This record gives sequence, structure tokens and C-alpha cells, in this order.
Amino acid sequence: MAEPTITLNITRYRPGQDRAPTTQSYAVPYKEDWVVLDALNHIKDQIDGTLSYRWSCRMGVCGSCGMMVNGTPKLTCAAFLRDYYPGEIRVEPLVNFPIIRDLVIDMSDFLDKLKSVKPWIIRKEEKPVSQGEYLQSPAQLEAFHQFTQCINCMLCYAACPVYGLEPKFLGPAAIALGYRYNMDSRDQGQEQRAVIGNHDGIWDCTFVGECSVVCPKDVDPAAAIQRSKVDTTKTWFQSILMPWGQR
Amino acid sequence: MSGTRPDPSKLYHREVPATWWLKKKSYFFFMLRELSSVFIAIFLLVYLYQIYQLTQGPEAYVAFSRRLSSPGWILFNLIALLFALYHSITWFQSSAIVLPLRVGERELPRNLFVALNVVALVVISLIILVLFLTLKG
Repeated sequence: MAEPTITLNITRYRPGQDRAPTTQSYAVPYKEDWVVLDALNHIKDQIDGTLSYRWSCRMGVCGSCGMMVNGTPKLTCAAFLRDYYPGEIRVEPLVNFPIIRDLVIDMSDFLDKLKSVKPWIIRKEEKPVSQGEYLQSPAQLEAFHQFTQCINCMLCYAACPVYGLEPKFLGPAAIALGYRYNMDSRDQGQEQRAVIGNHDGIWDCTFVGECSVVCPKDVDPAAAIQRSKVDTTKTWFQSILMPWGQR
Repeated sequence: MSGTRPDPSKLYHREVPATWWLKKKSYFFFMLRELSSVFIAIFLLVYLYQIYQLTQGPEAYVAFSRRLSSPGWILFNLIALLFALYHSITWFQSSAIVLPLRVGERELPRNLFVALNVVALVVISLIILVLFLTLKG
């Protein structure tokens, strides 16, 4: 009996050669325990070595292999062929990002935005190592722990129609990571992350909520953004009602 | 860093189609949620105008209320009611995410938050309905 196969329809774009992306179909062996990334690797190794895509860890940690699978942003290392078989699978580069080649997108915009929220602990004054660690209780850790799980896979940016329509929008992951440090009891850099509270930050978000749905790490950026809105509003009202209470 | 950036002239940019919200069920329901506010706003404006008619004397009020009982306005009110219910449920769902209920250090399940709010909505609506029927009679 012939080995069962599954068809992958893959976006191809060769810069300098193609004027617009095209779709190329490949039939690959269907295996129950294969994920879309396994199928892509099979194509690259056995059928067409010119196919370009990003991947690294193949276990949902590195965040490199995010692509559109049948129109939904997914880590291809976690998208099993068996969930689509015997149907065909459409693999496209993450939407809302420019295409460099085939399934590889340009992530420069995201990296700039990530840097702009200063995702590291900022202290007004560093204490010397001899004075020991900055201590934190389990409850203080709980306040932001979920937001530390982000792997920068950018699925949330591909799921966000606001980012697609409004490219200046800071976007889900960058805001969630900024919020993560704002909520960290060891951090004192909230004022240096003003970019989060700007118009192109949290206030561009209309709470579609898809960022949290597609997140492979349950980071829930939508919650981070809405809670930032509440915090920013509270701070603003406090500064109006109690101008003498400034920190 | 700029040295590692790809040549912008070789990038391919995809446009977001105007029909993006028809491509996915969740986007469509998001648009419905946004649209619901239009119907609620129209309903409230009409309602405010109806209250304003009270200041214009009983005849004006009765005449306006009679106009509102035409089939067209009843249909509009029915649609507005459905949108208001949809808006309320999605509002509770959103609130559950924005303001999580905590007991001690643990966050209560979001569905429980939504259920409590729906119960409150039903109870308060029933109280208003009973008051309305009693006072009317």
C-alpha cells in the first residue's frame, strides 16, 4: 500500500526574482507524530532545498518557527499534521510583517518596539552586590510571573488587526513585557517606560483579544494591556486630584 | 544594529484587506461588539428625547410614545435589545480579564466572574420589571 501523503501549500517569495509571492504545493509523507515543521524540514532536505524558513529548538521554547497555518498564527513545531489530515495545509509567513523570503519575515519593527519598553530591571540606584539580592515574596512574583513566559514569537502581532492597520502600534508582546517589568517589585523604571502609556501604546488597543488566544505560552498580552489602561488611568486621576501626592 | 537589517527595497509588504473582519469568526464577533454600541447609542438618544417630551406636556409625550409603538420602532428596539444583551455579556467577559477576582492569592475562574455578573443582570432586570408592572398597575 502506498504511503499516505499530505499536501502543503507554501508561500514562496524570491526577492529580486518574484514581483509578488506565489504558492507552491508539496506532497509530503503523512506521519501521525509529525508537526508542520517536520514536514517543512522534509521538503527542505528531500524535495526542494531552496525553501527558506526560520526554526531552531523544535520544542516551543525559541519562538522562531511562527507561521500562518491555515490562516492562524502558530508555532509550526506545535502544529500537528494529524489535526489537518486529510485536508491540505496552507503555510504562509506571519501576516502584518514584511516578507524577506518565502516564510521568513522581517522582525526589525518588533525588535525596535521591544527595546523601546526597556524590558529589564531599572533601579534608581543600584545597590552594591555586598548588600545582597533584591528580595521578592511569592505573591510579588505572582503579580507578573505569567508575563515572563513570552518567547518573542510574534504570533500575537500576526493575530492583531490593530497592528496590521496601525503599524505604529507598540503591539501586544512589547506592552506585555513592559508591563511585566512595571509590575516587578524590584523595578523602579516605570517612568522610563512612558512609551507604553502613549497614544501608540495601550490606547491604540481596541481589545480584540486574539493576541491572548494565539499565544503559545498563555502570556495573555490582552490582559496586560487592559490592566495597564486601568493603572495609567488611576495614576492620571491621582495626579489631577492629589497633585501634592507625586512620588 | 542597522547593518543587520534586510534591504527594504527587496521586502514584500502585504496589505490588510478591508474585509479582514470577515476572515475570522473572532474578528467578526469583535466587530459586532463594536457595532452594538451604535444601536445602544441610538436607543438612548430616543429614550432621552422621550423623557424630554414629558416636559412638553402629556399630549406631546403620549403622541411620541404612540409613534414609538409602530412596528418599525418595535423591530428596532428588539434589535437594540439583542445588541445590548450581547454587549453586556462581552463586557462581563472583558471585565473578567481586566479586573480579575482574587481570593487570597488565587485568581477565581473567569467563567465564574461572568456567571456572577449574568446572575446579577437577570436579578436586577427582574426587580425592575416587577417594580414597573406594580407601579403601572
